[in-house]
Amino acid sequence: MLSVSSLSKSYRSGQERVGVLRGVDLRIAAGESVALTGESGSGKSTLLHLIAGLDQPDSGTVQFGDAVVSALPDADRAAFRRDRLGLVFQQFNLIPSLSVADNLAFQSRIAGRHDAPWHAELIERLGLGQLLKRYPEQLSGGQQQRVAIGRALAVKPLLLLADEPTGNLDEATADDVLALARDLVSRTGCGFLMVTHSARLAAMLDRRVHLHAGQIH
Amino acid sequence: MSRALWTLAVLLSHWRRHPMQLATLLVGLISATALWSGVQALNQQARASYDRAAATLGGARTAMLVGRDGESFSQHFFVDLRRAGWPVSPVVEGRIRIDGRSVRLLGIEPLSLPVEASSAPAIGTKGLQGFLLPPGQTLLAPETLAELKLSEGATPTTANGINLPPLTLQSQLAPGVLVVDIGAAQRLLEMPDRISRLLVGRAGKGTRAPLQTVTGDQLRLVEPDAETDLERLTDSFHLNLTAFGLLSFLVGLFIVNSAIGLAFEQRRPMLRTLRACGASARMLNTVMVLELTALALLAGLIGLVCGYVIAATLLPDVAASLRGLYGAQIPGELSLRPQWWFAGIAISVIGALAAASTSLLKAIRLPILIAAQPYAWQQAQHRWLLAQGAAALAVFAAGLGFLLFGDSLLSGFAVLAAILLGAALGLPAILGLVLFLGERTTRQPLARWFWADSRLQLSGLSLALMALLLALGVNVGVGTMVESFSRTFNGWLDGRLAAEIYLNAASDTQAAEIKAWLRPRPEVQAILPRGRAEVQIGGLPVEVIGFADHLTYRDNWPLLQSAAEVWDRVARGDGALVSEQLARRLNLRLGDRIEVPTGAGRWPLDVVAIYADYGNPKGQISVGFDALVAHFPGSAQTAFGLRVAPAQVPALVTALRDRFKLDNRSLADRSALKAESKRIFNRTFAVTAALNAFTLGIAGVALLTSLLTLSNSRLPQLAPLWAIGITRRRLALIELMKTLSVALITALLALPLGLLVAWCLIAVVNVKAFGWRLPFEIFPLQLLQLLGVAMLASLLAALPPILKLMRMQPAKLVKVFADER
Repeated sequence: MLSVSSLSKSYRSGQERVGVLRGVDLRIAAGESVALTGESGSGKSTLLHLIAGLDQPDSGTVQFGDAVVSALPDADRAAFRRDRLGLVFQQFNLIPSLSVADNLAFQSRIAGRHDAPWHAELIERLGLGQLLKRYPEQLSGGQQQRVAIGRALAVKPLLLLADEPTGNLDEATADDVLALARDLVSRTGCGFLMVTHSARLAAMLDRRVHLHAGQIH
Repeated sequence: MSRALWTLAVLLSHWRRHPMQLATLLVGLISATALWSGVQALNQQARASYDRAAATLGGARTAMLVGRDGESFSQHFFVDLRRAGWPVSPVVEGRIRIDGRSVRLLGIEPLSLPVEASSAPAIGTKGLQGFLLPPGQTLLAPETLAELKLSEGATPTTANGINLPPLTLQSQLAPGVLVVDIGAAQRLLEMPDRISRLLVGRAGKGTRAPLQTVTGDQLRLVEPDAETDLERLTDSFHLNLTAFGLLSFLVGLFIVNSAIGLAFEQRRPMLRTLRACGASARMLNTVMVLELTALALLAGLIGLVCGYVIAATLLPDVAASLRGLYGAQIPGELSLRPQWWFAGIAISVIGALAAASTSLLKAIRLPILIAAQPYAWQQAQHRWLLAQGAAALAVFAAGLGFLLFGDSLLSGFAVLAAILLGAALGLPAILGLVLFLGERTTRQPLARWFWADSRLQLSGLSLALMALLLALGVNVGVGTMVESFSRTFNGWLDGRLAAEIYLNAASDTQAAEIKAWLRPRPEVQAILPRGRAEVQIGGLPVEVIGFADHLTYRDNWPLLQSAAEVWDRVARGDGALVSEQLARRLNLRLGDRIEVPTGAGRWPLDVVAIYADYGNPKGQISVGFDALVAHFPGSAQTAFGLRVAPAQVPALVTALRDRFKLDNRSLADRSALKAESKRIFNRTFAVTAALNAFTLGIAGVALLTSLLTLSNSRLPQLAPLWAIGITRRRLALIELMKTLSVALITALLALPLGLLVAWCLIAVVNVKAFGWRLPFEIFPLQLLQLLGVAMLASLLAALPPILKLMRMQPAKLVKVFADER
C-alpha cells in the first residue's frame, strides 16, 4: 500500500546543509501497524511529514497505491491527505473554535464522506458522548487526543499517521489511547504508522522500525 | 462546493469564539464606510444641486450668444438669427423683489427652447398651453416656494407693483429661480424688447450663416462650460470634506488591519490543521477572501445606513456653509443615487481587502510545517521599525518637494498627506527610542521591566497609536487653524463693519426717498453710499465696489499692504484697493496697474492697497463711489451705510422699518450683521468639528480594541510577576501606567505635528484653496484641552482590559504554567 524508496531530505542550517533522511526505504501493507522509533533529531517526524505530503523530499519517492505522492502538486497532495490519510499530532491540533462534535466531523465533512453511523460508533468507542458540546480548551490532554484520533479515523483513512500521539499523556492514559487506536485501526483495516520514543508502546504494534542517522535499521 | 462551505464554517467558528474581535473588525469597517460614504453623500448632494443650477434653462452647460459687453440687446437679433439658420432661443434674466426678498427671474420662449438647455420638460409638452396662455405660469422649485412663504397658485406682487403669473411647482428647477414666459419677464424687469442672451441649440449647426454677417460685432458666442463657476469655487470646500472623509476612512482601516492581523495569527494553527487535513492552499485562500468579502458586505451595508444618518445630520450645516460662503443653494433633504450605494459597498470591500492584504499574503505563503507562533507578528514588526523610519524620511522628503515645487491645491494636500503619513510611519521608531532610553536610565528591576515590556507591547499597539497620532494631529491642526481664523475674522469684521446701520433699498427710487428722509435727522451723522458692479477680469468673476470717501473707512478699514496716500488716490478715482485673493490670483502687487472692463472701454487703476476679504469666493476691487458711478452709470445705488450715535440705533432702525416696510434682509444694524456673520462662520466649521470628533472617537475605539485583543496575549508576561508576589491589582495598575505612558508620548508628539498641520493649512492649503492667508497663532490652552481629551480617551480605552485583569481568577494565571493554554 505505502512504498517509500530512497527518500532523502536535508535542511539548511546557517551556511551548511544538514542531511536528515539519507535514502530511507519503507513499506507498509494494508492493515499493518508499524512503530517508528529513533532518537531525537533522527528524522522521524520529517519522514512522517514527507509521507503525508506535508513537505517534499530532495530525492526518492513516496508511493501510495498507484499515486506517487512526492511528485504530486500541492492541490493533489491536499486531496490525498483529505481522502486517504488520517493524521494525529502530539499537540493534538484540534481547532479551538469548534466544539468536540464539529472537530470530530470536520475532516469527513470537507472530504464529502461523512458516515453518520460510523461517526456515532466512533463517539461511543472513544467515550466522547458527554463531551460533544465542549471546546478543546475544556478537555484534558487524554480527552483531546481521543478527539484527534476520532477526527483522523472519521474519514475512514487508508493510512493513519500518528506523530507521538501519546507524548503528552501519562502512561495509563497513553495505553488506553493506543489500545483504542489499534482496535479502531483493525476494525477499519487501514495501515498505521506511529512515531514513538517508547519501546514499550512500540512493542504493542505489529512491527517496529528504527531510524538512526537518517536511515532505517 | 460543500467542501468550501465546510471550510468557511470552520473559519467562521473563530469569530463565534472571539466575538469581541469580530465586533472590532465590524466597527472598523462600519466607521470607515460610514464616514467616507457620509462625506461622499454630502458632496454628491451639493454637486447634483450645482448641476441643477447649471442646467436651468441655459446655464453654463449650453452654448449661448451674449452682448459684446455683457449687456442686454435688442430682440430683433433673435428674429435675424433664426432666419439665418441659427437654432437660438431668447432668455431675459434679472432680479426682482417679492416681499423684500430678492429672487432671480428668467423669461423664456418655450417653443424655440433647445431640448438640451431645458431642465423643465413639462414646459415642452402638456404644460405648454398653461404656461403660454393667460394668466400664464410662474415655475419655481418647492424650496423657492417655501422660501417665499407662499402657496402654489398665488400671484405675488413685485416691488415695482406688477403681479406675477400664478406660482406653479416644477421640481426639476434649481432653487432661487422663477421662470415665466419671456413677455411677462420683459414687463416685470422693465426691459421691453430687450433680451439678456440667446441659447444656441445643437440642431442645424451645418446650415447657419456666419455670426458676424448677421449681428456684426454686437454679439459673441460663449461655448458651453464643462465646469460651472460654482463648481470651480466650491471645489476646495469639497476637497476639504473629501480629505476629512479619507482620513476617517484610513483611521477606520487601521482598526480593521489590527483586528484581521490578530485574527490571522490566532487562526494560524487552525489553518495549519485545515491544510494537514486536506484543504488545499488555493481553496483556503479563496474561502478566506470570501469570508472577508461577506463581512465587508455586511459592514458596508450597516456603514451605508450610518453614513446616510451622518450625511443627513450634517447636511443643514454643509448647506448653510455653501450658502454663506458661495451663495450655493443646496436642498435640505438628501436624495441619493444608486451609484452612491454601490460605491459605498465597493469601498467597504476594497478597504477590507486592502487592510487584510498583509494577512492574506501571509496566509498564501504560510509554510504548513512551521510551528504556530502566536503573536510572532508583533516581534517581527520590530524588524520593520528601521524600514518604517526610513520610509518616514522618504515621505517627508517627498512632502518637502511638493512644498517647494508644487503650485496647486492638490500639491498643498499632498504636503499635508506627506506630513501626516511620515509622522505615522515614524511614530513606532520614535516611541521605541524613547522607551529604550527609559529602560537604559532605570536600575530598579520592576521599572526596567516596565520599560522593556512597554517596548514589547509597542508593535501590537503601534497601529492604534498611529491612528491616535493622526486623529490628534489633525484635531490640533484644524483647531489651531479655526481658532486663528475666528480671531482674525472677528477683528476683521470690527474693521469692515464700521457703520452702525446697513441698508439695501428695493429700488433706486426707494433709495432716494430713504436718503431724503434721513438727511434732516440729527442722529444721522453720515450717509455712506455703496455701489456695486460685476465684471470679468482674466476669466474670473470680479466685484467692483464703490465706497464713499469718509473717515469711517480711512480710520477703520484694516489693510494688509498699502501705498502712500492710499485714500486720496482712491477718492481721486485712479487708485483701487484689491482683495487679497484677487491679488494672489492675478499676481498683483502694490503699484501694479489693473484694467477694469466697463461699458465705455477699459478703466486703468493703480493698485494702492491690498485688503483681506475673508469668505468671499469672488475677487473684489474697491474704488471711490463717484468713480464707480461714472464708469458704471447703470450700477445699482441702492445700498448704503449710516453712521449713527450707538444709543440712537434701535430707535432709528424701528423708524426706518415702520416707514419704508424694510425687512431684516434690507435693513440690519452692525450687531445683527456681526452676529449673522459669526453664525455663518460657526456653521461653516461645525462640519469640520463634527468630523474631527468622529475621527478622534474612531482613534479611541482603535486603541480600545487593540488593548482588548492584546490583553489575552499579555498573560504569559504577567503570570510570572504574579507568581513571584506582585498582586493582580498592582499588575493592573502597572499595565494602566504603561498604556497611559505610550499614549502620553504619542499625544505630546501629536502637538508639534498638529502645529505643523495648522501651518500647512494656513500657509499652503488655504492660500491655494481660498486665496487668503491667516496669521499663524498658537493657543496653549486649546492644546492643553486636547491633551486632556486624548488622555481621557486613552484612559477609557485602557480601563476595560485592566478591569478584566484585576478580576481575573488565579486559576487562569496558573494555566500559563500548566501549558494548557
